[in-house]
Amino acid sequence: MATEKFKTLISTCVPLPIENVDTDQIIPARFLKATTRDGFGDNLFRDWRYDKNNQPKADFVLNNPTYSGQILVAGRNFGSGSSREHAAWAIGGYGFRSVISSFFADIFKNNALNNGILPVQVSEGFLKSVFAAIEKDANAVLEIDLPNQTVTILATGEKEHFDINHYKKTCLINGYDDIDYLLSMKDKIVEFEKKGY
Amino acid sequence: MAKTLFDKVWDAHVVSELKDGPSVLYIDRHLIHEVTSPQAFAGLDKRGLKVFRPDQTLATPDHNVPTVNQHMTIHDLLSRTQVDKLTENTKKHGIRHYGLNHPQQGIVHVIGPEMGFTQPGMTIVCGDSHTSTHGAFGCVAFGIGTSEVEMVLATQCIMQPKPKKMRITVDGKLGKGVTAKDLILYIISKISASGGTGYFIEYAGSAFRSLSMEGRMTVCNMSIEMGARGGLIAPDETTFAYLKDREFAPKDGEWDKKLTYWKTLVSDPEAVFDLELHYDAADIEPMITYGTNPGMGVGVTGRIPDSRELPESNKLTFEKAMQYMNLNQATPMMGKPVDYVFVGSCTNGRIEDLRQFASFVKGKKKADNITAWIVPGSKQVEKQAISEGIDRILTEAGFELRQPGCSACLAMNDDKIPEGKYAVSTSNRNFEGRQGPGARTFLASPLTAAAAAITGKITDPRDFL
Repeated sequence: MATEKFKTLISTCVPLPIENVDTDQIIPARFLKATTRDGFGDNLFRDWRYDKNNQPKADFVLNNPTYSGQILVAGRNFGSGSSREHAAWAIGGYGFRSVISSFFADIFKNNALNNGILPVQVSEGFLKSVFAAIEKDANAVLEIDLPNQTVTILATGEKEHFDINHYKKTCLINGYDDIDYLLSMKDKIVEFEKKGY
Repeated sequence: MAKTLFDKVWDAHVVSELKDGPSVLYIDRHLIHEVTSPQAFAGLDKRGLKVFRPDQTLATPDHNVPTVNQHMTIHDLLSRTQVDKLTENTKKHGIRHYGLNHPQQGIVHVIGPEMGFTQPGMTIVCGDSHTSTHGAFGCVAFGIGTSEVEMVLATQCIMQPKPKKMRITVDGKLGKGVTAKDLILYIISKISASGGTGYFIEYAGSAFRSLSMEGRMTVCNMSIEMGARGGLIAPDETTFAYLKDREFAPKDGEWDKKLTYWKTLVSDPEAVFDLELHYDAADIEPMITYGTNPGMGVGVTGRIPDSRELPESNKLTFEKAMQYMNLNQATPMMGKPVDYVFVGSCTNGRIEDLRQFASFVKGKKKADNITAWIVPGSKQVEKQAISEGIDRILTEAGFELRQPGCSACLAMNDDKIPEGKYAVSTSNRNFEGRQGPGARTFLASPLTAAAAAITGKITDPRDFL
């Protein structure tokens, strides 16, 4: 599935300063029963967001009107646990286009990239600065510049470079996906099979 | 150049490499279940593509299936729809499918090895993070997302950057009552739930060598719980003896040819790892988790940490976990009353696990306050348990053997631990709500689960051995 092109994202943020946010929190297993990619955003962080009577929990950040934006800022080791791509669909479906953290789980990172969501891994120090900026002003704006691989806190001008695989960056900027590339490789794959190993 | 076991398997499967980018990695075996595949098949249909190599693919429903009355229609409409979709998609694309009530149905990671579909030196993927289980056979096996499931269906390849390599060596003999599950829970408690991120782990040393294939699968299964893409163990005589004569295992002359190749699947003595860790088997006791990720574990006779002992960065997570679990820091785990016991899942739903549980509870009686679900990992395991009389031992002790599936590991079926209740579970995750909204999970081995099932509280199984 080709994804929406990603170049520069300028947005306010939603802070979630919790470590080890696992995929069961992002989208609990009981909501994985759909057979399409749609609608998962409604259940993003379901059990942190709603009580058992499906009433919004006032103390959870997604229910706090003070915070909004297309960037989720999370604690270390975001997305650990399951390989369920539904976690990325839930984050994208809710409206986030990027997640910033000091550390991401591998499979989650891949799944996010395959769905046009940019995981931006920053240093612990920079992450602290981002949380501090949001705490100071809930409308603090971040600029994520993918071509230049930088993230900037606009209010303070504090800026950090982030790493991304060159291939994935090209895919994201152009809205390409891996499957197109793999399909173009079919002759080579057949050749590989014949050769054996 | 000297290579690690991981290098040998990975490098042999690289179709091509992109400069500064991922490798195109050829996949030998693709396992499919009902939860992470429907959107992949839909994508394939949208592009008008057929499955490229259906013979290298194996499908079974496991996450959603009930563990009682499997002969009847699944009453949850959404679960039924997913299971039906798998039947429909596999039929359309000519993929081998073991549906409900088929004698080979079960959890993907249990049936792959049990049928010999999993073999040393292979690359194996599945839309499930516990695909790392198959590393027990010296495979490069790891979980993938649904977009990648679609890629494998379409081309039998995925795009992957090569991970770093770690070796964890544990030498020595595991103590009485200390199992493979305790060994891996111990390692995770040492390196944390994110300590393996970015790595593929080779497990080496006499503690792993002495494990059965079932035990090795338990270890590799939980590699993902420290964030690693996968874990693997060099194949040896234990591996070969396990595979011989299984349905998909090579036959006759082909077996000898494969065996010669399989015996080359070891890390060269001079091979270099990005990280090496060493532990001593004698330091390990039966383990139990107290928190909300698998890294939050202690020896069963130990106590929950005092937050003052923890690094500043861990405190918020720890306090949140204590609140969710309704436990007090710095208190012992022993004697904590339990409400539920779950034996099963791709971690501990194999015949050896059921044997361990049964051998412990034989001649004893279930505690009154305990509800226990004993769920085999596959129809074959169920059949074997019955033929060995394990079902009778269970019944006499007050338990029942249910029907195979993932069950209370992730509670996508009806087997949910109720809100606020405590479960000793042999599954792999103790995340908040994992076993049902508000459920509180203590991860442990089948032996420790058996001890809790008999006494109604967290108990050191060694006291009975």
